[in-house]
Amino acid sequence: MTEFIIISLIKIAVVFFILLTVIAYLSIFERKILGWIQMRPGPNRVGPWGLLQPLADGIKFLFKEDLVPAAVDKVTFILAPMVAMIPALMTYAVIPFGSEIELFGRTIPLHITSINVGLLYVFALTSIGVYGIVLAGWSSNNKYSLLGGLRSSAQMISYELALALSIVGVLLQAGTLDLQQIVANQAGTFKIAGIPVLPRWHIFWFQPLGFIIFLVSANAELNRIPFDLPEAEAELVAGYHTEYSSMKFAMFYMAEYANMITASAIATTLFLGGWRGPFVDQVPILSVIYFTLKVCIFIFFFIWLRGTMPRFRYDQLMNLGWRVLLPLAFLNIFISATISLFVS
Amino acid sequence: MEKALFLILAAVCAVAALNVVLQRNPLYSALSLIATLCSLAAIFITLQAQFIAAIQVVVYAGAIMVLFVFVIMLLNVTTAERTIDRHRYLKFLAIPFAGLLITEVFYVITRFPQAQMPTGAIGTTESIGVYLFNQYLLPFEVTSILILMAMVGAMVLARREEKGK
Amino acid sequence: MVPISWYLALSAILFTIGVVGVFVKQNAISIFMCIELMLNAVNLTLVTFSSFFNEVSGQLFVFIVMTVAAAEAAVGLAIIISIFRNRESINVDEANILKL
Repeated sequence: MTEFIIISLIKIAVVFFILLTVIAYLSIFERKILGWIQMRPGPNRVGPWGLLQPLADGIKFLFKEDLVPAAVDKVTFILAPMVAMIPALMTYAVIPFGSEIELFGRTIPLHITSINVGLLYVFALTSIGVYGIVLAGWSSNNKYSLLGGLRSSAQMISYELALALSIVGVLLQAGTLDLQQIVANQAGTFKIAGIPVLPRWHIFWFQPLGFIIFLVSANAELNRIPFDLPEAEAELVAGYHTEYSSMKFAMFYMAEYANMITASAIATTLFLGGWRGPFVDQVPILSVIYFTLKVCIFIFFFIWLRGTMPRFRYDQLMNLGWRVLLPLAFLNIFISATISLFVS
Repeated sequence: MEKALFLILAAVCAVAALNVVLQRNPLYSALSLIATLCSLAAIFITLQAQFIAAIQVVVYAGAIMVLFVFVIMLLNVTTAERTIDRHRYLKFLAIPFAGLLITEVFYVITRFPQAQMPTGAIGTTESIGVYLFNQYLLPFEVTSILILMAMVGAMVLARREEKGK
Repeated sequence: MVPISWYLALSAILFTIGVVGVFVKQNAISIFMCIELMLNAVNLTLVTFSSFFNEVSGQLFVFIVMTVAAAEAAVGLAIIISIFRNRESINVDEANILKL
């Protein structure tokens, strides 16, 4: 029992440490990649190629003056960044980072825990994350924040529906909510004349539509361009985090990046086979490398989309969520159920 | 160990529930209710009802309470001063009657026969799904009609009247 | 092991707090939230009995209760919004005459 607790604590510490570093460096990568898309170098003054920029940003956030405006609702104002940050970090408890490794004579699976309602747990935490934005917008006692907060939460709860329905196809195919089992269901390859052609990932069989709906809905849930009307700099000053400074703003910032990495990790696990790849059984450490590569592909896709597309107007956004994605998600469930019936 | 965990969760739950009643500002009541719901979800997990715990957070804390919070913000409900004085005696009567209710309930439950420990085979999504679609199919379908009625009713009631009607 | 009476005691405490809240509060939305508290207390009792006696029907009933609570919250809040539009206040103590 104590061994289990100690191993879990070590895993949590490692994941937490790696996650915070990755979030910090994600900010510099986003700015560099956006810079290259826009034909400029991005931050390159602090350290070689700008790699010490997150350190400079962190020190700046720590030393900035933490302003709490006089007319805000103090309890909710201070609570909101915490409510945004904590669920964003809690989702990493169920994500499978790799297969098992052998350390000191013990076989340690590379996930913090494996609960049998894993995917519902992730959606539960995403639903709680909406409160951070709503409370931040309302407590700031500021028209722009309130509008930004209300728009953002309306957008998030609208696209939560399409997000949850788009993965029902995956659940029909895998037959379980447990993320480890879903990865295990994507083992093997499709063979033509004995030569492996395609891996048996869910994106190829039979969830391409679900994958597209998931990507679009995840983009909307993350409040990223093209769905970032709540933080639209040109229209709403800075949306719901206008009145926040220093560490509280840093918490919103980190929560957004943590959510982005979570969405990429869930997309990888559900559709791209998680940590699966060639030669994972022989060399287990390759599983972590494959997982990281696939998550990086999705993160690059999100950043690429940010640099390329214009922003949706609010009514276009709602139209897309309710009138296009929701019926498509239902169609996907219908198709998946039919194929499931004929396959098994 | 499990008793300590349950006592901590129950203390958080009871204190948050008390806060729902004691707060004058309805937004703080709503936040306390969210804390109560999440701690109840944790207690459901100790009872090995994982699906119900996840559903509690997704539906209750994540959707119903968002509705409450939106309505509170939309109506801009703030702390109102107590204007009607003749109901003030109700507050003082409430505590003894609550004490009476609690005493009766405690009397009943401490005379309950001991039951065996939870085994955990029935809390999974799969077992609930099997029962929901086989024995309890009719309540499931009727519930969907109920939700349809509630949606239509809410939309009709909350709609603004058109000018000139 | 946690004895069953502890869970039932917590459920009783939550229910009583909900009942007291319904009587004491004068804001319609706060009364509504205390009703939700009572529903959750009953949910806890149902889940407790379901898992201690290895019966799944308790948890199914909780599923249906949650759905009904969602429907009731939606309609109830719509009614409260309509009352607010007519009276400019949701104080239930002041809404004691039929005339607006």
